[in-house]
Amino acid sequence: MIELQSVSKTFDGVKVIDEVSLNITRGEFIVILGSSGSGKSTLLKMMNRLIEHDSGRVLFAGEEIRSFNPEDIRRRMGYAIQSIGLFPHWTVEKNIAAVPTLLNWPQDRIKARTTELLTLLQLEPDLYRARYPHQLSGGQQQRVGVARALAGNPEVLLMDEPFGALDPVTRSALQLEIARIHKTSGKTIVLVTHDIDEALSLATRIVLLDKGAIVQSGTPLQMLATPANDFVLDFFGRSDVGIKLLGLRCVADHMRPVGQDGDPAAADASHSDPIPDTLSLREALSIFVSRRVPRLTVADSAGKLVGRIDLQDLLGHTSSAAQP
Amino acid sequence: MGRIKNRVLLLLLVIGLAAAAGLAFLRHAPNRLVSGVRISFFEVLSAGGGLQPLWVLLSIGLPVLLLAAAVFLRDSRPTRLIVIAAAALLLGGLASLAGAEATRLASPALALAAGTTPGIERTSLGGSFWVISALAWLIAGDAIAHLGLRPVWRLMAGAAVIAPVLVCLATGRLEQLSLLKEYANRQELFNTALLQHVQIVLASLLPSLLIGVPLGILSVRDGRWMTALRAPMFASLNIIQTIPSIALFGLLMAPLALLATSLPLLAQWGIKGVGLAPAVIALTLYSLLPIVRSTAAGMTQVPRPVVDAAIGIGLTPRQVLWKVELPLALPVFIAGLRVATVQTIGMAVVAALIGAGGLGAIMFQGLLGGALDLVLLGVVPVVAMAVAVDAVLKTLASSLAHEF
Repeated sequence: MIELQSVSKTFDGVKVIDEVSLNITRGEFIVILGSSGSGKSTLLKMMNRLIEHDSGRVLFAGEEIRSFNPEDIRRRMGYAIQSIGLFPHWTVEKNIAAVPTLLNWPQDRIKARTTELLTLLQLEPDLYRARYPHQLSGGQQQRVGVARALAGNPEVLLMDEPFGALDPVTRSALQLEIARIHKTSGKTIVLVTHDIDEALSLATRIVLLDKGAIVQSGTPLQMLATPANDFVLDFFGRSDVGIKLLGLRCVADHMRPVGQDGDPAAADASHSDPIPDTLSLREALSIFVSRRVPRLTVADSAGKLVGRIDLQDLLGHTSSAAQP
Repeated sequence: MGRIKNRVLLLLLVIGLAAAAGLAFLRHAPNRLVSGVRISFFEVLSAGGGLQPLWVLLSIGLPVLLLAAAVFLRDSRPTRLIVIAAAALLLGGLASLAGAEATRLASPALALAAGTTPGIERTSLGGSFWVISALAWLIAGDAIAHLGLRPVWRLMAGAAVIAPVLVCLATGRLEQLSLLKEYANRQELFNTALLQHVQIVLASLLPSLLIGVPLGILSVRDGRWMTALRAPMFASLNIIQTIPSIALFGLLMAPLALLATSLPLLAQWGIKGVGLAPAVIALTLYSLLPIVRSTAAGMTQVPRPVVDAAIGIGLTPRQVLWKVELPLALPVFIAGLRVATVQTIGMAVVAALIGAGGLGAIMFQGLLGGALDLVLLGVVPVVAMAVAVDAVLKTLASSLAHEF
């Protein structure tokens, strides 16, 4: 979809992007992760020509992006930034319709598209259509920002720290939303963030950037389990890497199912409520600690007991889990 | 003193009362050459101008009573509405009283009794009329400002306050006042002057907008050229602004006269040392600073992320300018346009000195002839025009700012 070949960029004699090569394939959720000044935003902006690269090649759909008209390429890639990027003098509907209007879609198609997107992002269309951005909460503004980025049905969605200004609750709600959109639409998403947990929970592939160069790139699990060097280890927080690893694993994959190893209900006489099998092991660990028990029963979404999990199960199966 | 809720209103009322007692409400002279006799507010009131006493009571007594009562009322929405209505009524009442008294004094029977020629007597408005009217306008304006209305409604309320006066004017109740007699005598001249005045203002603002807006936009763009030009440009516009207007008119006369003699074609087009050309050029130069500065200020206050997002989703530079930057810069720009327009309307008066015509011509004619009413005939429309344009543009700016 997008391919960077030895791309470099220099601002006032300082090399902010240094020989970066990256191949983004269709359907990936790439998170470019790095601290401030690592060049992550610059890298993203080079993909839609907001910043022109000095050397190397940037390919989109197999062609050098300089061969495209910059406006055309931007309309084929959605672009979302922090909520303040909404046009304050346009209604929610007009904001979302910005790219379809630029693409000269017929009016009824634009109308249908805005309604569809408002519904997708859980904003009641008739309630929010005619509002102005300043009449919305931060989270709602960000939803509109995402809807606007998706409106032209772009092949790629570029997001520059889209959830940076939101409170933790709203942020995780929107993260779930974007993960759902990625899963259902299969769009290629490139998201820039400095938030490690955001990267771990959303990415199919993390690209860790430092001083304008890629330090390591891989699945969240690879980044945690096999860090390339001390920088990666430190970046992901040396001391709680184990916790973060648990966060990537699911109870359902690590429990002992019913019928294996005895009857789960009988196995724990003092059992309290069963835990859902969709929880991560990290959340399971938290429950172990707070309930002060070595064993928990597990139920599926229908509430039916499906297995049990012991505290020591959190340690095991690492070899099998390393290949998700 | 604890029961007095509105000290400002009380103060204004006291000033009004003092003006009514100390200054003439009307001045009456048998002809326009002699200075007339003072007629005080209370004399007019007792004569009633031949109006029904009930009418005088309703249009003068009632509003004054209401305003006096409002001094002791808690400041609330109903109180403010009462104050506005009372002030409007009072303005209309004063005008109709003055008009009626002037009509009574102009009656041929009265002139014959006094042994003067009927039809040439002059009844002009005196100090206390102007002071009380101005106070009523102030009181109403203050109350309207505190109503918290949306900008358009605020404008409408302001118009409603002067509506009674306009009704008096339109129904001919005021036509025996000397101001309107002067108007009647010079209707043709006045209309030409008014038209000329509007022409001068528009002819100055149009080029100023055409030059100033692009300059303002360019001045906030990055680029070696503009960065180098920005400081000297604003410096020279500032210097122009500090030159007194008559001096600038004078400075322009010599080069333009020279230009006209060396290029007769220009002279044919009306470009010469005196008249419209130097006036329009000078006024354009004066209005350039507020226009350029407000355009630049409007453009710089457009949030950078909004522009970034606009570029990022694929608007062309032209679309970014027209669809995002200019609309968002508009409220600040209009504030500057307001300053430029009001300033130009006022300065255009002085342009009469170099033969550009306009309402200033009438005013200077009055000044030289010692005819105060003629001066007023020139000044009142200028003030009215400036106030009206100011109010409309202010409304526009704040309702736009409201929207965004």
